[in-house]
Amino acid sequence: MDFRRSSRGLGAVVFALVVASLAPPQVAAQTIDTEKAIEEYRRMMKEDPWSNPGFLDADRGEDLWKAKRGPKNVSLETCDLGKGPGVVDGAFAELPRYFGDADEVMDAESRVIHCMTTIQGFSRADLTRRPHPGGGQRVKEVGAIATWVASKSSGLKFKARLDHVREREAVALGENLFNRRSGPFDFACATCHATAGQRIRLQGLPFLADPEEARKVVGEWPAYRVSSTHVMTMQHRLYDCYWQMRMPELAIGSEASNALAAYLVYTAKGGVIDAPGLKR
Amino acid sequence: MTKFRSLAQVATLAAAAALFGCSTPLPSIAPEKADATIKAAFVNPPDPFKPRLAQDETMRQCSEARNDPPAALGEAISKREAATIKYPADGNLMGDWKRGEALAQSGYGLRFSDYPATRPNGGNCYACHQISKAEVSFGTLGPSLAEYGKLKDFSAEATKAVYDKIYNSHAANPCSLMPRFGANGVLTIEQIKDAVALLMSKDSPVNQ
Repeated sequence: MDFRRSSRGLGAVVFALVVASLAPPQVAAQTIDTEKAIEEYRRMMKEDPWSNPGFLDADRGEDLWKAKRGPKNVSLETCDLGKGPGVVDGAFAELPRYFGDADEVMDAESRVIHCMTTIQGFSRADLTRRPHPGGGQRVKEVGAIATWVASKSSGLKFKARLDHVREREAVALGENLFNRRSGPFDFACATCHATAGQRIRLQGLPFLADPEEARKVVGEWPAYRVSSTHVMTMQHRLYDCYWQMRMPELAIGSEASNALAAYLVYTAKGGVIDAPGLKR
Repeated sequence: MTKFRSLAQVATLAAAAALFGCSTPLPSIAPEKADATIKAAFVNPPDPFKPRLAQDETMRQCSEARNDPPAALGEAISKREAATIKYPADGNLMGDWKRGEALAQSGYGLRFSDYPATRPNGGNCYACHQISKAEVSFGTLGPSLAEYGKLKDFSAEATKAVYDKIYNSHAANPCSLMPRFGANGVLTIEQIKDAVALLMSKDSPVNQ
């Protein structure tokens, strides 16, 4: 891609934002101008899909999947993501799903952890201790593999499985937790994501309880986040929301994480997967 | 009574079906199940966080009602929450708007990355409200507060209402999405006075 052209375009947006901030206080018009400038910035980020650094992490995830690793020195190529051992194509579109061998509903990250521990012999404690990257660090191994797994369903639609009673329970539990208010700010996921067209500061908030909006955004995760310069997975995104909600550190692979992922995919049923996405 | 209960169950199922826009019945989740899931969801919560895993009565009722409580419940919540509001000893509800602006800008405090605390908690008011017009980076979850004091004629009643709203928003608006800044100990009485001054004082940029 032409970086010079892109940075010039970005400069124009920054200029537009500065001009908007200096403009006389015509409040409504100013708000609309600001929205337009943000929209333009997003459009430019998406213009060239190969400018998305998230694909480097998807490639790293593929290498990690295929390499002989761990105490047992085997690859993950016998890992069953739900469509049979080693089948990756299209598997993400049917996650989260119930896995009898673990007796749990699992999303991609939880299932990768399961396979890395049971097949390769990695320690679950090691994989879950610091599961998410800090600013500027690259996504961890579990996240890189999950990013590759998600990318292998790009172009497919979320199935949002409800076949098994446990899958129905997970969706209902996710809906309950999505609406559960707690912590010193009384926040729930629904505080920010249960109405249309709202923002925090300048950041638009998807109305995730609404299928139309959920279908547009849920399939973009895992996503490369420009502001934190790394790929962020769905479970990392949920962890980040709970941080903002003044709750403790959400455990990767927890039932709550899987249930929330199941609920989000449920509301996004039929939405097209486009992973890794690119976010502000 | 049995008939009534089964009707209520039918209504709940119908509501769930409408919510999910399909006919697949989803099970209802017992409150104990949700509580246990949350209790197990977090890694070794530090002591200040342990009480946050449980809900108080208002959180529970508002969550169950999806923040749209029936009238009688709403009244009960308002009454209970109004009783939590404490006022400054000297009765003066206005502090310093400059400090109010600083706390309205700050989202610091009470996150797991904020321990041990290095500065006072913020109110993060701009996350959801337009306030001073010079600040273009404002959210829209709450109503615009631009020119608030001027629009309210700087009245004493409006000043008290603003203080109450910041201290405990549920008193006037049960199941409000706004945090109970005073009742939950997020902001001190002095900080709430500063936020009131930002909205209500004549020399605040909000009212220019």
